[in-house]
Amino acid sequence: MIFNLYIFDRLGTCVLYAEWNRKKPANLPKDEEFQNMYGMLFSLRSFVKRLSPLDCKDGFLNYQTSKYKLHYYETPSGLKLVMNTSTDVGDIRETLRQLYGQIYVEYVVKNPLCPLDKPITSDFFKDKLETFIKALPFY
Amino acid sequence: MSRPSKPGDPRKVSTELFTLTYGALVTQLIKDYEDEQEVNKQLEKMGYNIGIRLIEDFLARSNTGRCNDFRETAETIAKVGFRMFLNIAPVVTNWSPSGDTFSLLLDPNPLTEFVELPEDKYKLNYSNILCGVIRGALEMVQLEVQAWFVSDQLKGDSSTEMRVKFIRKLEDAVPAGED
Repeated sequence: MIFNLYIFDRLGTCVLYAEWNRKKPANLPKDEEFQNMYGMLFSLRSFVKRLSPLDCKDGFLNYQTSKYKLHYYETPSGLKLVMNTSTDVGDIRETLRQLYGQIYVEYVVKNPLCPLDKPITSDFFKDKLETFIKALPFY
Repeated sequence: MSRPSKPGDPRKVSTELFTLTYGALVTQLIKDYEDEQEVNKQLEKMGYNIGIRLIEDFLARSNTGRCNDFRETAETIAKVGFRMFLNIAPVVTNWSPSGDTFSLLLDPNPLTEFVELPEDKYKLNYSNILCGVIRGALEMVQLEVQAWFVSDQLKGDSSTEMRVKFIRKLEDAVPAGED
């Protein structure tokens, strides 16, 4: 089951937030939630990199609690995709990569009227995203 | 909202259409600015704006990870990037001893297929847009570079050579409220 999705640009702006089955809203304003989320990802990333006893290529991939699992995918250009799912979902890096390549690049990057550093307002993009997410086997 | 599906591979477009469109753009800039240096600047700027978007398409399609050094970057630009978007593979050469500057030999150069540079336009770097594209694209993967043309077949040189110089590595953005 997919709970929600965050997309952050390279400067830490949350350009997209969407939720599907989120049962418990965070008890704080959305922009603070985004900031917290980005801060945590940022720390986790450097934490994982520093404490790793081996040279790690991919870095931070996901974490899991007793209730949910957070999946993380970062492109070399610094775009960060974060998806929360139930714990029974396996490795979805490939799915996040497709989401980046087939949805974000196609309907945001290639749309010259979509600024890249502001929250995405394109309905066309949102429609495509919705269709993509709902077609996933673990939706 | 639906859009008509395109026949064939939507990625493929006639090179001639592209080359001629670019030619029309340069012509218009020459009319608008009447100063070759300014035209060079505008082309570079447009290229930069294209580069910052093009890099995403490149990363998504090539599935390339981070490059470990500048040599790998150079090879990726020449062999994968130019191949993907212009269907040429420039030769990487003329490395500076410190390894921070290299040249790309653009022969053939698809942008100049139909062009003859008039005598009085010797300051114009016809393909200057490419310098901007490289700078913009690399900035998005945290490499600040400078790119410029040192020779051009359009001006009677034996090759078209672009220099690319590594300036510095850009740092990650730190979240608000952290040091």
